Amino acid sequence: MNKPSLFLDRVLPVLTVIAVILVIWHVAVVYLNAPFVRDQAARAGTVVTLGEIIPQTFNQERPILPAPHQIIAELWDTTIAKPITSKRSLVYHAWVTLSATLMGFGMGTVLGILLAVGIVHNRAMDKSLMPWVIASQTIPILAIAPMIIVVLNSIGISGLLPKALISTYLSFFPIVVGMVKGLRSPDVLLLDLMHTYNASRTQTFWKLRWPAALPYLFTSLKVAIAISLVGAIVGELPTGAVAGLGARLLSGSYYGQTIQIWAALFMAAALAAVLVSIIGLAHTQVLKRMGAKP
Amino acid sequence: MTSAAAPVVTARDLGLTFQTNDGPVNALTGVNLDIKKGDFVSFIGPSGCGKTTFLRVIADLEKHTSGSIEINGMTPENARLARAYGYVFQAAALYPWRTIEKNIALPLEIMGYSSAEQKQRVERTLELVNLSGFGKKYPWQLSGGMQQRASIARALAFDADLLLMDEPFGALDEIVRDHLNEQLLKLWDRTNKTICFVTHSIPEAVYLSTKIVVMSPRPGRVTDVIESPLPRERPLDIRDTPEFLEVAHRVREGLKAGHSYEE
Repeated sequence: MNKPSLFLDRVLPVLTVIAVILVIWHVAVVYLNAPFVRDQAARAGTVVTLGEIIPQTFNQERPILPAPHQIIAELWDTTIAKPITSKRSLVYHAWVTLSATLMGFGMGTVLGILLAVGIVHNRAMDKSLMPWVIASQTIPILAIAPMIIVVLNSIGISGLLPKALISTYLSFFPIVVGMVKGLRSPDVLLLDLMHTYNASRTQTFWKLRWPAALPYLFTSLKVAIAISLVGAIVGELPTGAVAGLGARLLSGSYYGQTIQIWAALFMAAALAAVLVSIIGLAHTQVLKRMGAKP
Repeated sequence: MTSAAAPVVTARDLGLTFQTNDGPVNALTGVNLDIKKGDFVSFIGPSGCGKTTFLRVIADLEKHTSGSIEINGMTPENARLARAYGYVFQAAALYPWRTIEKNIALPLEIMGYSSAEQKQRVERTLELVNLSGFGKKYPWQLSGGMQQRASIARALAFDADLLLMDEPFGALDEIVRDHLNEQLLKLWDRTNKTICFVTHSIPEAVYLSTKIVVMSPRPGRVTDVIESPLPRERPLDIRDTPEFLEVAHRVREGLKAGHSYEE
């Protein structure tokens, strides 16, 4: 086998996909934004040629679909060019959402692990809890989010915690499912071995079940952190929150600021990518320390 | 070996019936057996004859349903609580995230040995199974035979006088197996442990054992107990001697007699 080349194996495929997306995007920009240009021309009583329409579709103030360079300009303007303390800085809004995401993710992880430990060690919990855990995820989060916010607000809890709780609500689920599977993953032989040593339940847990479950935990954590972010953004939508990526999405849609919406979307995607890859990195490090086959 | 050695395992009319959805299954019936200290006992028979089940009853991994069994004069459960035996499974069952020395130290950690004691015992048992220098490797870096030796070292690390081995070399090829059998005999000689060894290979059973228990299925029972006339010192080529072939013949006859071909 040839030595893997970073460019050919990793960069080129990604670049190809990006190039294809950009081409489709630019065509769509022209197609979607052209009617507006034609309408304007018709109202002004002028006739425009295709050659005149195309450049105009790329530089509208409130396009149906903004062109990539407009989004990049908006991102630049609201991150690098603005002080972080400004209410119009996207970094500020991203931080608001991120703090709720991390708090919810942390709580969801702890809750998920505790539930999984209970389910694995206690038959009654296994039979009674698992159906509820699954049922909890069949309720649309958009329906339950406003209620959580309103109820908590009425007892004087507002700000970070309600949003974090929605993240928790979403993120505990993959942790429970993954950890139950992980904690049950040790072979019967390995469990029998612990039995022959007369190991206590605690010893069996820390020396066998927990290390065996770690790979499962990290897979779950990757899913959990991504949906924690979704939870935090959703938590900002129904409440008329003034800060956060969700608030940017909402105000953008109120005022027809499509560029602002897209910039917030890109920021959310970038945030998710960074968070997931941090966990991926931790995953690789932990596996390496556990002597996994490279 | 003295003839007046203390009994390690005493089974009297031992039976075990599994309750399954298709009705009760007699895994073991009427087993009477005495295993003395220092014995090397092989259990041989076709699958379903209860040889593994018997080993698991000794290890308190299964509960017998009739008769009685004592290990060092105790019930199997008390013997397990007293950590009277080391168990070697068919697969090496090493923890993939622990190095070989950490795997061997596992029972010692659980039993609360000091870390100095652990280190010393790990080194001694590694040397005993000829794996010195491999302590820092992870299981996947070792061959199947070496992994199985590591799992034997793990069973030897604490002071159990009884070693229970459930087809430990069943998954290995014959060349490796011969080699490990030879090493196992040396190890038995050096440590003076009592070994119960489950196998379905006649040459293996005859080569290793001082006592061969022939078993047959449906219901699982003992059909013959053969005291081997072979000397304790056994080079590999003892397998070509008439004495060896005679014992092997008797085992084969015992297996044939116990097997009902009408079924």
